[in-house]
Amino acid sequence: MANLKTVSKKSKAQSMGMHTEVLTGRTQQKFFNPDEAENFYYFGTHDVDFNKRTEIDVKDMTAPEANKEIDNLMSQGYGTIVIKNPQGKHSLGVGILNKLNLIFEGSLGYFGMGSCDGPIVRINGRVGWSCAENLMAGKVVIEKNAGSCFGAAIRGGDLICKGSVGARTGIDMKGGTIIIGGDAGAFTGFMMQRGRIIILGNVGINLGDSMYDGTIFVGGEIGSYGSDAVDSELTSSDQDWLKRKLKVAEIGENFDVSKMKKIVAGKKLWNYDNLEPTEKKGAI
Amino acid sequence: MCGIAGLIHRGKSSNVGSELQGMLQALKHRGEDSTGYALYGDTDGKNFIMRFKVGENVGEGSSSVMEDVSVYDERKKIVDETLAEMGAKIVKEERTLPYSLRYEIDYNVKDLLEFSQRIESIPGVEILSMGKSLEVIKDLGNAKMVCDRYSLDKVVGTHAIGHARMATESGVDIKSAHPFWGYPFSDVSVVHNGQLTNYWNNRRVLENKGMRFMSECDSELIAVYLAEKMRDGATLEEGMKASLTGLDGVFTYFVATKDSLGMAKDTMAAKPLVLYESDDLVAMGSEEIAIRSVLPQEIDTYDPFDGEVKVWQI
Repeated sequence: MANLKTVSKKSKAQSMGMHTEVLTGRTQQKFFNPDEAENFYYFGTHDVDFNKRTEIDVKDMTAPEANKEIDNLMSQGYGTIVIKNPQGKHSLGVGILNKLNLIFEGSLGYFGMGSCDGPIVRINGRVGWSCAENLMAGKVVIEKNAGSCFGAAIRGGDLICKGSVGARTGIDMKGGTIIIGGDAGAFTGFMMQRGRIIILGNVGINLGDSMYDGTIFVGGEIGSYGSDAVDSELTSSDQDWLKRKLKVAEIGENFDVSKMKKIVAGKKLWNYDNLEPTEKKGAI
Repeated sequence: MCGIAGLIHRGKSSNVGSELQGMLQALKHRGEDSTGYALYGDTDGKNFIMRFKVGENVGEGSSSVMEDVSVYDERKKIVDETLAEMGAKIVKEERTLPYSLRYEIDYNVKDLLEFSQRIESIPGVEILSMGKSLEVIKDLGNAKMVCDRYSLDKVVGTHAIGHARMATESGVDIKSAHPFWGYPFSDVSVVHNGQLTNYWNNRRVLENKGMRFMSECDSELIAVYLAEKMRDGATLEEGMKASLTGLDGVFTYFVATKDSLGMAKDTMAAKPLVLYESDDLVAMGSEEIAIRSVLPQEIDTYDPFDGEVKVWQI
C-alpha cells in the first residue's frame, strides 16, 4: 500500500480499497433521454412495419442461416414474421433488438429468443433450456412446455409459458415478469435479484433459494423453501397486479389470486457478514 | 457434456438401429469421442448373444496403447477354448473388426456371474453385453461412423438406448464408452449424462460386495449400482429410485432391460432431458432435436422434473 500521508485524498481512498470516482460515460438516464435520442444509435436494429408480413420455412436451414434471414427481412421493413418448421433447432430468434411481431409455428431448442430487446414473440410449441435468456424488453409467449433455466437472467419484459417449466426458472433474474401456467421444477427463482415470478401450479424443492430480492407468487403446492426464502403477506395491490398481469398474459384470467402464496427474500444472506453466528445458521 | 437418447416401441418392432443412429447423430455436437448403442433386437430368444472385445480401437484420438493384431487372435482363441470348457456352444460367430466380436452361444445357465468372470479373467478381454436380446456396440467416433462400421442401420427391435460421449472423466477408449452392461444381469444396459461425485466411495463398497468394474468411468457405477440392487432382490424401478439418494452428483440416465426402458433424473435436475410419450412410442433425448429425427412433425414434449423416475414396458 502507498504511504497514506503523502498521497492525495482520492489516491488514499483508492489505496484503502474505496472508490470515490464519479462514473462517467453513458448512463441509464442519458440512454433514455428523449432530447438526445437522435444521437443514439442502437447497433443492429431496424425500423419495421407491423403490417408488413411474411413467412419463412426454416426446415432446411441451420440456426445461423435462419437468424440471418430474420435479420434480412427486418432490414426490408417486415414487422410480422412467421417461422415455419423450427423443429427444435437451437438459438433461433436470438439478438433481436427492435420491435417485431415474431411467430414460431413449432418448437424451439436451447437458447431460443436469447438476448432480445423489444420483440413480441409467440411460440406455438415447446422451448428447450434457457429460453429468452437475458431478455431486456418485449414479450415472449410459449403455448406449450418449457425446459430448465427458463428466463435465466432476464432484465425486463414478460415471459409467459402456458404449460409447465423445468428447473431453475428465473435463475439470476434482474427484472421483468415470468408467468407459468402449469408447474415449475426445483430451484425456481434461484439467486433472483429483482423481478417477479408467478406460478399458477405446483413448484418443486428449494423455491427462491438464495434470492436477493424480487417476489415469487405460487398458486399450488410448494415442494420446499430454499435458503432465505420467506413467506410474505399478499396485499390487495398484489392481487390487483396479479389479476391484471394474468389477464394481459392471456393465462389464468379467472384464477383465484387471493389464495396465492407470496415469497420474498429474507435478506439475511446478503448481509451475511453482519450476522451473529446463530443468525448465520438460520440464514442458510 | 454428453448426449443420451432412447426409444421404445410398444406393441411392435421397428428399425431401432437406424432410428437411434439418427437420434444420436443429431446430438453429435454434445460429444463424438465415442458413440455407443444398446439395441434390443428381435430374436428367437434361444441363444445368448455375447458382444465382446479382445482389444481396443487404437485409431486417431484413442488413449489406448497400440497392440499387435496377432494378440487379438490369441485372446479369441483362449475365449473359444474357455467357452468349450464351460460347455457353451458357439452357434454363430461374427468378427466385425479385429478387436470386436459377436457370438451367438447355446448355453443353458441363468447365473452369468461365473460365466462372465471366467471370460473376463482372460487378459484384454471384456464382455460388452450378454443377453438374449441386448447387443451393446460401442466404438470411437460419432453415431454415423459407428453405425456404418458395424452395419447397425438394419437392426430391427423394440427398444434401444444410446450415448454420444465427450470424454471428461476417463480415457477415449471403448472400455470407457457407454452403454454399460449391467453385469452380470442378462439384457441390462445403462447410459448416463452427468457426473457422479461419490464414485470411488461407492466403488469400494460395491467391489467389497463382489461387483466388478471394468473402467474408471464414473457412469459405469450406475450399471453396477443397479445390478447390485437387483441382485439383492429389488426391482429395476426400486433400484432406480434408490439411486436418487445413493448416487451423488448430477445425472440423467436411461436403463433398459429385455422388455422395459426407464429414466431417472437427479434431485437438482441439473442435466437435460426431453421426453415424448404416446400410446405406441416413447422417445427421449438430451435435446428435442434428437426426438425430431424420428418424429419430424409437431409433437408435445416435456422435461421430466427433478427426482423423477419412469419405466415403460414394451
